[in-house]
Amino acid sequence: MSAPTASAHAPSPSVHALKAWWQAAPFALVFLLFFLIPLALIAMVSLWNFNEYELIPAVTLRNYASLFEGCSQLTDNGDLCVTLNTYLSTFKFCLLVWGITLLIGFSVAYFLAFHVRSSTMQTVLCVLCTVPFWTSNVIRMISWVPLLGRNGLVNQVLGGMGLVDHPVEWLLFSNFSVVLAFVHLYTMFMIVPIFNSMMRIDRSLLEAASDAGASAWQTLWNVVVPLSRTGILIGSIFVITIVMGDFVTIGVMGGQQIASIGKIIQVQTSYLQFPLAAANAMILLAVVLMIIWGLTRLVDIRKEL
Amino acid sequence: MTEPIDTSAGVQRRTLLQGTAGILATGIAPFVHAQEKVVLRYLGTAVNQDKAIAEKFKADTGIEIQYVAVTTDDVTKRAVTAPNSFDLIDTEFFSLKKIVPTGNLKGIDTKKIKNADKITTLFTKGEVGGKVVGDQGTAPKKVIYLEGEKSKKFAAAPTQFMSLIPTVYNADTLGIRPDLIKRPIESWAELLNPEFKGKTAILNIPSIGIMDAAMVVEAKGIHKYKDKGNMTKAEIDLTIKTLIEAKKAGQFRALWKDFNESVNLMASGEVVIQSMWSPAVTAVRTKGIACNFQPLKEGYRAWAAGFGLPATLSGKKLDGAYEFINWFLDGWAGAYLNRQGYYSAVLDTAKAKMDAYEWAYWMEGKPASQDIKSPNGDLLAKAGAVRDGGSYEQRMGGIACWNAVMDENEYMVKKWNEFVAA
Repeated sequence: MSAPTASAHAPSPSVHALKAWWQAAPFALVFLLFFLIPLALIAMVSLWNFNEYELIPAVTLRNYASLFEGCSQLTDNGDLCVTLNTYLSTFKFCLLVWGITLLIGFSVAYFLAFHVRSSTMQTVLCVLCTVPFWTSNVIRMISWVPLLGRNGLVNQVLGGMGLVDHPVEWLLFSNFSVVLAFVHLYTMFMIVPIFNSMMRIDRSLLEAASDAGASAWQTLWNVVVPLSRTGILIGSIFVITIVMGDFVTIGVMGGQQIASIGKIIQVQTSYLQFPLAAANAMILLAVVLMIIWGLTRLVDIRKEL
Repeated sequence: MTEPIDTSAGVQRRTLLQGTAGILATGIAPFVHAQEKVVLRYLGTAVNQDKAIAEKFKADTGIEIQYVAVTTDDVTKRAVTAPNSFDLIDTEFFSLKKIVPTGNLKGIDTKKIKNADKITTLFTKGEVGGKVVGDQGTAPKKVIYLEGEKSKKFAAAPTQFMSLIPTVYNADTLGIRPDLIKRPIESWAELLNPEFKGKTAILNIPSIGIMDAAMVVEAKGIHKYKDKGNMTKAEIDLTIKTLIEAKKAGQFRALWKDFNESVNLMASGEVVIQSMWSPAVTAVRTKGIACNFQPLKEGYRAWAAGFGLPATLSGKKLDGAYEFINWFLDGWAGAYLNRQGYYSAVLDTAKAKMDAYEWAYWMEGKPASQDIKSPNGDLLAKAGAVRDGGSYEQRMGGIACWNAVMDENEYMVKKWNEFVAA
């Protein structure tokens, strides 16, 4: 009804489109300068050749070939090649951390959204969730050592209670400690978006569900979960992209004995093997983009927002 | 109350302006040098960039040192990729194989270095006390001389031009916790001894870690290397295979890359024997925890760092850099470094600035006649203690190999990644 009137007064569509372009321009420019151009450079360098001290412009697939060299068979020690092995272990962490943070994040968000009544209390509890971020990443991770170490607090308690004879060694510098640190660090990234979607759920829907005779579980599964899927998706993207690219947490908590793509890239750059590192980065980028593409196929994020 | 605050703010602003002027002056307006005070940008690792040294130098000469602290790897990276971002570089000799071929460094004219002929023979001839020491790896004598001032090639025989003027050097070995091991440790082989399963650590800097591993492989009698610092592909395979087997058996508690990590691992008792650096051992000790930098019968893995000049340096900055190097070799800085457990390049001048009892403890391996303190006053050793590894001749004479960059570096890094991923 109002549409025709509006268009009569509004400028012609082409001017309108121009305006939209102008509005998008500043961010597009930033994006171009600081993201797309560097990315194109990395893609270019990944095709270059190099020696100990210089990069040699060329178009060669040598770097990519070198990454997958020997991947068609097992190594002498019965392992997969480094690249596959590393991606496999990174995927494993991704899956574990994603599952655990989703479970915890969803529960916490559910509690905050539906059980905490006053909005002041909600805010206070939300801020409380950010406490782990008040100290630096490195300090947070280093402080796991006195807690989980061989002579750490947990082992002292377990030993003191007579539950174990020898200190438990797998608490620190193991897959367990890596997952623990990840969950501790990144659950927050799940809580916030899920909480946000849950707050938008019309409460009358819940009442309608219970009036229609749905049990609490049925309401949760058929009403709350589908309606918070945007939040779940955004949280998942956060967690998965961070875990895929992380090398500091895996390094410190894994005692540097667990490989990660980020670590391999870091080692390569520090030995001036930039083209190899660039090739590695391109592959990592492709893998992460594929995961995100897959996720957005599950939920149409644009429509939901 | 407000007055001191004002002054400090003023000082900060002034130094900031000076710094900016210095940066601008380097490239854009060389003529400004005439009025400006000389500021030297000193690129190196934080370990060697002591505030006291910069302060003393400024007091003595009026030239300001501006420290640019980055990691060892980044020093090399900057030297190769951004050679105009510093006026003086403090880098390790093994990095030279990467830096010198770029032509980014100029040969240092030894005629302008007063104490050049007094630089210890370890660097010029590879000898300590007249005895030849191990030269596997990038031994300084192989890379210290350049063919000319603007040469990209190392000279086989001594020339007038040096690539780096040595500053500090030392010989690394394994660090141990004697209170937890409770028996003598004499060989590198102990690092992979199943007795310490889950209680050892190795350095996760591929080029150095693999040499520690090679010391172990040789000590266990698995293989004798022709040059541990320049392995063949087959030798790299063998060394990494040994490491992977040990890793799979759970030998390593962790790998470490950062100096503080090694201190943490040792002090917390997570690890009882590991690759270590001498200042890390000192750091564990100052916590009151027993830790030895254990001399081993197979010898040490040595390293050395030195000052280099960027090829484009000229004018007052170049003079200032030469003045700094001359001042550095003149004794005060040398004595300062010797008291931290490093060794200085010119021993005579450092000796003149040290007390006799200090010299006897640090350099002659004699029991301390009184308490030994660090330059900032921390107690390092009580009277009667003897330095690990004994005298200078004993320790530096026991060098088996030097930190290195191998010809097969790319392959080695790749295999090392395989070890980390296994």
